[in-house]
Amino acid sequence: MRMRMTRRRALLGAAMSITLLAAGCGSSDDSTDEAPAATTVSDADVEAALQAGGNLTVWAWEPTLTKVVAQFQTKYPKVKVNLVNAGSGNDQYTALQNAVKAGTGVPDLAQIEYFALPQFSLSKAVTDLSAYGAKALDGTFSPGPWTSVHSGEKIYGLPMDSGPMALFYNKEVFDKYKIAVPTTWEEYATAAEKLHTANPKSYITSDSGDAGFTTSMIWQAGGRPYKVEGTDVTVNFDDEGTKKWTGLWQGLVDKKLLAPTPGWSDAWYKGLGDGTIASLVIGAWMPPNLESGVKAASGKWRVAPMPQWAAGEKVTAENGGSSLAVTEASQAKTLAYGFLKYATVGDGAQIRTDEGAFPATTAQLTADAFKNKEFPYLGGQKANEVLSEAATQVATGWSYLPFQVYANSVFNDSVGKAYTGGSTLQDGLKAWQEASTKYGQEQGFTIK
Amino acid sequence: MTRRTWIGWQFVAPFLAVFALVFLAPIVYSVYLSLYRTRLIGGTSFVGAENYTKALHDPQFWSAVGRVSLFMVVQVPIMLLLALLIALAIDSGRLYGAAFFRISIFLPYAVPAVVATLMWGFIYGDRFGLVGNINDYFGVHLPDPLAPDLVLASIGNIVTWEFVGYNMLILYSALRVVDTSLYEAAAIDGAGQWRIIRAIKLPALRGPLLITTMFSIIGSFQMFTEPVVLKTIAPNAILTYFAPNYYAWQLSFGGQQYNYSATVAVVMGLITMLVAYLVQARAVRKAG
Repeated sequence: MRMRMTRRRALLGAAMSITLLAAGCGSSDDSTDEAPAATTVSDADVEAALQAGGNLTVWAWEPTLTKVVAQFQTKYPKVKVNLVNAGSGNDQYTALQNAVKAGTGVPDLAQIEYFALPQFSLSKAVTDLSAYGAKALDGTFSPGPWTSVHSGEKIYGLPMDSGPMALFYNKEVFDKYKIAVPTTWEEYATAAEKLHTANPKSYITSDSGDAGFTTSMIWQAGGRPYKVEGTDVTVNFDDEGTKKWTGLWQGLVDKKLLAPTPGWSDAWYKGLGDGTIASLVIGAWMPPNLESGVKAASGKWRVAPMPQWAAGEKVTAENGGSSLAVTEASQAKTLAYGFLKYATVGDGAQIRTDEGAFPATTAQLTADAFKNKEFPYLGGQKANEVLSEAATQVATGWSYLPFQVYANSVFNDSVGKAYTGGSTLQDGLKAWQEASTKYGQEQGFTIK
Repeated sequence: MTRRTWIGWQFVAPFLAVFALVFLAPIVYSVYLSLYRTRLIGGTSFVGAENYTKALHDPQFWSAVGRVSLFMVVQVPIMLLLALLIALAIDSGRLYGAAFFRISIFLPYAVPAVVATLMWGFIYGDRFGLVGNINDYFGVHLPDPLAPDLVLASIGNIVTWEFVGYNMLILYSALRVVDTSLYEAAAIDGAGQWRIIRAIKLPALRGPLLITTMFSIIGSFQMFTEPVVLKTIAPNAILTYFAPNYYAWQLSFGGQQYNYSATVAVVMGLITMLVAYLVQARAVRKAG
């Protein structure tokens, strides 16, 4: 049975490549890479594929997709969508990379965080969507996420949600110790000291070294450590923006003003609940996580704009957020694109927003119903007013490494030492830079 | 002549087929992988022994080997000595409730390593764990068991807790098969308990002690579960090259360096074989 399956697939593959070859010969002398772009798929083709039906497998851990899939199948009864949770983040990337390498069991669509997308587009695991008319969606999404799914002229996924950063804080704790909500990082550092002095068990926030947080903070401070042009890569943490951040944060680390609790651990959730971790600078997707993970603090948390480097500035960065991408190995790309559009810009965008996801689409972000939504968990605050404004203030020009997944996985080997007293953040980042460039060289990138 | 040879092969064939498939094939495949290199840019190419040269000069790999070697030199003797003492105590027949004692010391071995490590992780927590509670209650400040310089000792404690009962049981069962007439003879000769232990029990335990030592050495070199589980609560103390197996795992799943990962695995396998062989050779020479 297994044998026969493999055989049939091999035959199919052979047939496919012959077709591709024929198409390539017919049109021009373009390399096979360019062949799909030549045959543009129109919206009508996509609609036809949706009506004709078929099977799709989607790998995603985003909980609101469940409802999207249900509604989608009601609208297009001939399409059967199999939504699989293959793990969150890195676990899923590992599974996906293994499937791609093995050549079997690859899903049609996969959730991929923005920082990881360059790695998958470079290894041609995901397909360029410009051939399916994705370029026409320009202006549909807020600029931050829309830039994140681009690699040059090519578009490798559609934004599913976004994570413009904001300051989430425990109002009860802030009020108790008479701490004003900080608007600048200087005020934030003062508040950190004031809080910890007043109650040695309380910390302004927790940090024990988190690659995603660190890069987002450098992003806001104006640092642009990664420069990527094709396979030419530059890594440099010796710039002004990075130093601005390490200068501030090193002070907090040295004075032991940060709870040494790793994010997303049990101790972390507990600290968020009992007031010992009093604030978080994190992506706008946080409210549902607080609601489900930190029930003890219901009604106590609020959202404020991210602290600034100079009073009066309005600059934020992205933290987290995912795209949904069509895999290169998918046998039903047109159909997959149909689902992708439904989930990210069609009815799915509204369904997911209603379910609590933070949208990446301007239509949802600017809708009155969205902005005026009151969050009972956040004491009835209209939090989206703050968060959607943050979405418009994301600093431009940031890019991640084409091997960011790996770089993040070894972050604590080097920068972690700064948190245990063995090094400084700036030296740690230098060591991380060296580890990243070494890996880049080994993988054949040109490091400049 | 030839016919007789073929019949022999036919009898051995089923075993050989399974042996080749499940033992030899993975090793051969690892060696095969280790001779190539796959890059994100440039694809796969044959590189011969290049990966091996790299491994021999890889400070991260050798720091991992050093860490498990230190672990082996300190933890294995402590654990085996404890197991030996307990086995002798239970076997002495002077212990009240020996059966209960035996089963409760063996029990941790039945706890899966992941669960055991999670449990100890909670105990070690200096903010919300048992260590934290002790600090709060007595107003003391115990050193953090998950700090970078203590985490190896903390893992040693977990591993000892897990395996002391298992080793004790092997030693104890060896003591049970000692011919009781030896003890009678010793009693007639007027030998005391210490004398009996030294002259009868310890010599009887020579073989089992060698076996438990070998298992423990191999176990130390294969350290994996404990650091992986503790990484989530001690991200800065557990490095991605904490132990050789952890390093191989990180290389292959964190960095897609399957070829180099296979190399590290092969080199580590050779080192383990060498150490195990040396220990055995030494023990055999002593016995001779």
